[in-house]
Amino acid sequence: MKILVCISNVPDTTTKIKFAEGNAAIDTTGIQWVINPWDELSLTRALELKDDAASGVKSVTVVHVGPASSEPTIRKALAIGADDAIRVNGESADAWYVASQIAEVVKKEQFDIIMCGIESSDYNGSVVGGMVSEFLGIPSVSAVSGIKIENGQPVLTREIDGGKEVVTVPAPFVAVVQKGIAKEPRIAAMRGIMMARTKPVKLIEPLATEPLTQVVVFEKPAPRAACKYIDADNAAQLIELLQNEAKVI
Amino acid sequence: MSVLVYTENWDGKFKKLSFELVSYAAGIAKMMGSAVTAVSIGKVDETELKKLGNYGAAKIISVTSDQLASLDNQAYTSVISDIASKENSSVIVISNNNTGKAIAPRLAVRLKAGVGSGVSKLPLNLNPFTVYKRTYSGNAYAHLVIKSPVKILTLAQNSFDLVETANNATVENVNIAIDGSLLKTVVKDVQKQTGKILLTDADVVVSGGRGMKSPDNWSSLVELASLLGAATACSRPVSDEGWRPHDEHTGQTGKIIAPNLYIALGISGATQHLAGISSSKYIVAINTDKDAPIFEAAQYGIVGDAMKVLPKLVEAVKAKK
Ligand SMILES: Cc1cc2nc3c(=O)[nH]c(=O)nc-3n(C[C@H](O)[C@H](O)[C@H](O)COP(=O)(O)OP(=O)(O)OC[C@H]3O[C@@H](n4cnc5c(N)ncnc54)[C@H](O)[C@@H]3O)c2cc1C
Repeated sequence: MKILVCISNVPDTTTKIKFAEGNAAIDTTGIQWVINPWDELSLTRALELKDDAASGVKSVTVVHVGPASSEPTIRKALAIGADDAIRVNGESADAWYVASQIAEVVKKEQFDIIMCGIESSDYNGSVVGGMVSEFLGIPSVSAVSGIKIENGQPVLTREIDGGKEVVTVPAPFVAVVQKGIAKEPRIAAMRGIMMARTKPVKLIEPLATEPLTQVVVFEKPAPRAACKYIDADNAAQLIELLQNEAKVI
Repeated sequence: MSVLVYTENWDGKFKKLSFELVSYAAGIAKMMGSAVTAVSIGKVDETELKKLGNYGAAKIISVTSDQLASLDNQAYTSVISDIASKENSSVIVISNNNTGKAIAPRLAVRLKAGVGSGVSKLPLNLNPFTVYKRTYSGNAYAHLVIKSPVKILTLAQNSFDLVETANNATVENVNIAIDGSLLKTVVKDVQKQTGKILLTDADVVVSGGRGMKSPDNWSSLVELASLLGAATACSRPVSDEGWRPHDEHTGQTGKIIAPNLYIALGISGATQHLAGISSSKYIVAINTDKDAPIFEAAQYGIVGDAMKVLPKLVEAVKAKK
């Protein structure tokens, strides 16, 4: 069984966002780039499955759609333990563009399980994984918080409104992964970092695909009113204010 | 042309979320001079279906099929996309919840439609079609132009007020036979929580962080929540430590919520936590550290020990009753 983990390259989650080009783009100066948090968890779980000989998982490949400048993020995934990587050499213009490129990769090289994070922490789109599956005409399971392989059959746990379901689907399929899939993201050890240098990164030129959406301008959320402080000795006053001033209880 | 809205029911009843979706779709239809068609999948009786009309649906298409008893992404997409084509829908509105996130992207590929996800306002402009959406986990908002003829929008929960209107809705029942080869998702087991207010539905949320010190200190937090009819939540380390269940974790990697009131006890207010709660209408912070970043996000604050403040709040709420 072969697993493909889709990884997105995003600003570190503590980045204070600033804009450039007349607010049409994010100012990237000083930004630390990281593997999207959910993709990092997907990768961790994929590697855990590979470590378990009984799972039948033979390899874990990562794919990224993006320019050469995102290579360090790919190398990081290799250092954490992915066997090899594919980079589609295009600008990740929108979800439609990215998903169609990933679907092409899957068509060329067969994978049994394709894992995508539920959203990327930059565009918060939540659509790439589902789009990949539809481009390929294969099943998808969304909000996956658990994945194991029993007798060669993947068994997934997905979150539903106020609960969980345990489901199966035939491979190949796309698992759209959320929190719970792995506890802590795996980090690269020294040996992994050394080995990552020698692991193959296959470069693929993108398909000509027109994005369907475009950000024209960014803005900051409206500032909130300043905090009104209530004395700790008079905490009951808070309830009074919530009831009569804010009118929320 | 029409605006299509996919509404969700739970055991045959619509929740506020579905009325929000219809209100939002009606707002768009008004801008476009078109009408709203609502799609419901599952067994919902006529009186319940008609409620969608109270928020502006002109036509309600009710699909019942035993084959659709549980969510199968491909089968649901197929049903909704067929209806969208038949209804000549140029805008499709879906919730930005787990179900919506499962269906919207598949539908997008099927209909060659651009997606605006997590929108929270009516479109800023129809031509070019521009929506306002959350990006960078709430640290920035984008004006996103959707260029395709069909547009799919997923609406952030609790972000749009219900708008009631006169009901002239017609209900059309369709019984669709699903191509069995599409049904690939087999549900082996279901575990549902009962008797608990769902975090994503709640108007009031009482949440605790590592400042609560120990899982043993949660009883007064839970009591306050139950007195307020609130859901309980927590920060990530609290669920990672196993003090509280994972489904209570709010934030960038947990649940994103937008209640009317979020009470944060012993939570520092790290950006990743704020990413999940910053759309709350009011945030209350109770923290011993007067410099904790949570106070920058809060409208009401108490600098103090959560363990001492909580019992006082519980007493104050009881006294009001
Ligand atoms: C990629 C990534 C994603 C993340 N996603 C999330 C996420 O989704 N959600 C999330 O919550 N975090 C997330 N985090 C973690 C986040 O960065 C913070 O570590 C976390 O939110 C801190 O939780 P906390 O405020 O409960 O704990 P702490 O940071 O330990 O803060 C505890 C607070 O309690 C106060 N306190 C202590 N004692 C008391 C008392 N007796 N009474 C009142 N106050 C007291 C302290 O002053 C302090 O402000 C993420 C981190 C990363 C790197």
